[in-house]
Amino acid sequence: MGAKLCRVQVIAAYPITPQSKIPETLVKYVDSGELEAEFIRVESEHSALTVCISASTVGARVFTATAANGLAYMHEQLHWAAGARLPIVMALANRGLGAPWTIFNDMQDSISQRDTGWMQVYCRDNQEIMDSMIMAYKICEQLHVPMMVCFDGFVLSHTVMPVEIPDQKQVDAFLPPYVPHLQVDGPEPININPVMLAGPRANAQGVFCPSYMGFRMRLQEALESAGDVILEVGREFGEVFGRSYECLLWQYRTEGADTILLTMGSLANEASLAADALREKGCKAGVVSLRIFRPFPAEPLRQALSGAKHVVIFDKNISYGNEGATCTETKAALFEGGLQPTITNFIVGLGGKNIVATDLEAATEEALKRRVQINGPQWIGVAV
Amino acid sequence: MLPGTRACSGCGLSLAYRHILKALGEKTILTIPASCLTVLHGLYPSTSVGLTNINTAFATTAASATGIAAGLKALGKTDYTVVGIAGDGGTFDIGIQALSAAAERNTDFLYICYDNEGYMNTGTQRSSATPMGAFTTTTPGTKFEHKKDILAIMEAHGIPYMASASPAYPLDLYDKVVKAKNINGTRFMHINIPCSPGWGFPTDDLVELGKLAVDTAMWVLLEIENGVLRLTGRSRSMARSGKKKPVSQYLKLQGRFKHVTPEQIDYLQGWIDKRWQRFLQRHELSEET
Repeated sequence: MGAKLCRVQVIAAYPITPQSKIPETLVKYVDSGELEAEFIRVESEHSALTVCISASTVGARVFTATAANGLAYMHEQLHWAAGARLPIVMALANRGLGAPWTIFNDMQDSISQRDTGWMQVYCRDNQEIMDSMIMAYKICEQLHVPMMVCFDGFVLSHTVMPVEIPDQKQVDAFLPPYVPHLQVDGPEPININPVMLAGPRANAQGVFCPSYMGFRMRLQEALESAGDVILEVGREFGEVFGRSYECLLWQYRTEGADTILLTMGSLANEASLAADALREKGCKAGVVSLRIFRPFPAEPLRQALSGAKHVVIFDKNISYGNEGATCTETKAALFEGGLQPTITNFIVGLGGKNIVATDLEAATEEALKRRVQINGPQWIGVAV
Repeated sequence: MLPGTRACSGCGLSLAYRHILKALGEKTILTIPASCLTVLHGLYPSTSVGLTNINTAFATTAASATGIAAGLKALGKTDYTVVGIAGDGGTFDIGIQALSAAAERNTDFLYICYDNEGYMNTGTQRSSATPMGAFTTTTPGTKFEHKKDILAIMEAHGIPYMASASPAYPLDLYDKVVKAKNINGTRFMHINIPCSPGWGFPTDDLVELGKLAVDTAMWVLLEIENGVLRLTGRSRSMARSGKKKPVSQYLKLQGRFKHVTPEQIDYLQGWIDKRWQRFLQRHELSEET
């Protein structure tokens, strides 16, 4: 629905649980003529993203959706899309990766793609998914960087919630048609994404042009500037639609909090309930939930955690041999700010393992009892 | 195509590409995976080819062409020919999944496979298009398996037009590209590309070797339109005259076959003869109708 409101022109997708409802819904819009778009029924996720890449290159607004192994299968093309600086938007229903098989939710799929150059936004509920889609195109088309709109598979993808659907005219005004940054049908032929060398080379006019590394640096610069663009688009969205997203992370009851529960995605809702319960018991708990994971919001995170003595980090992913990705990145951000709260990392909810507010509450209490730094992540919900 | 490309000297692809591009004309958008042709197109920021090309990852030629066609259609730009050009590795091996899918959808584009019978850009490794008996760096003894029958595979998709051609017979090649360009749906062209460094022959033998491939029926010039197979050009005159050169003439010019024994040559000759008979039968059927 979000993609429809954005008037996407080319959609390519391959079915995978729990994403399948998205292309199924979109193809109905296309067939009924409600959405004027080309829908390509590809044979794999690798081709789905390739179709999006080439269609975007010639100037179309494109959309795809996937999950888990489908995203992993796209890996090569994720790098390609970002390196080619294409404003592709992807809906990602977060799901655990095989082997062994799971069709259920965790964030291992998208976290494993964090270094591909895509922006990543994590949604707490279905309204945020809809809104993030619309903002994503505006952000991506400004920065020429692709974005994954990530949301918890089944937890959100298969949950019915009341969602306010933005007015098409307002979306059209907010998101004007896509204007590509290069013209494949211009007067001069171009060789797009050719072989490049490590050093700059002169063109026919003798002007030195950037090297491979120069292009890569420009991608990093685009992501470094993305935070401001995301804030500005989030503010503007609030002005038009009444729901502001002028933030890179969400905070709940963090004023005066000395204990912060740190999460991403829909787990923020459970963490908020846990914080309420902890507050009632006299523990000054609050919640920080990362809305944007790439670019990593290090500075806002430092500010949000500046008063914390204890940070309890819940990761629905793990970098095997180390710890949860959010934990590692948070530690790095805190180090640069000279902040040294105790940090406890819990690995939770892998493969759809149910995790509720009372689990988070109990885990936080356990972490506080220890009062010392615990090395290595703790696992919740593994009986055997 | 401008002079001074980065292709090897005596490159069969350069020769074929010149005729292909002439036949395609200006209203063409190309998409090319990692291959010899990427090298030919040149290093940023210069290129030797006067058409817009969208480089794409190795496995993705047909999917990329699909995306270009879909994007142009969505934008109402319908006067372009979309052309995906990949080598044999990018077609027979890593790219066959995307190609099969695009052909099954009858995506409106022309797919050209330039077949130099191995991974020549990476230094002569075996592909499933390498002929039986050939030396490559990954078949240091010999290759025991026959070349994959890509034409049969593509024909099974029921696409409207497919053809095989050779740069040694450029008029036949040119005519087929022009014909393919003007047909809607998935069109497939298979082009024989003699490769001097990969096959081990002196660069000035390029055209002779290309001709011998056809004259021995190692390579057959044909087209298949709506299921009807027709021999063309030199292969057609061979069908008429009944004359065909022995394969040993073709093999002996190439370093990659120098270890092949007389028994192996006999075996290969028998295989070629049988295959040639099948082509002749289908060709005669088309002549009758």
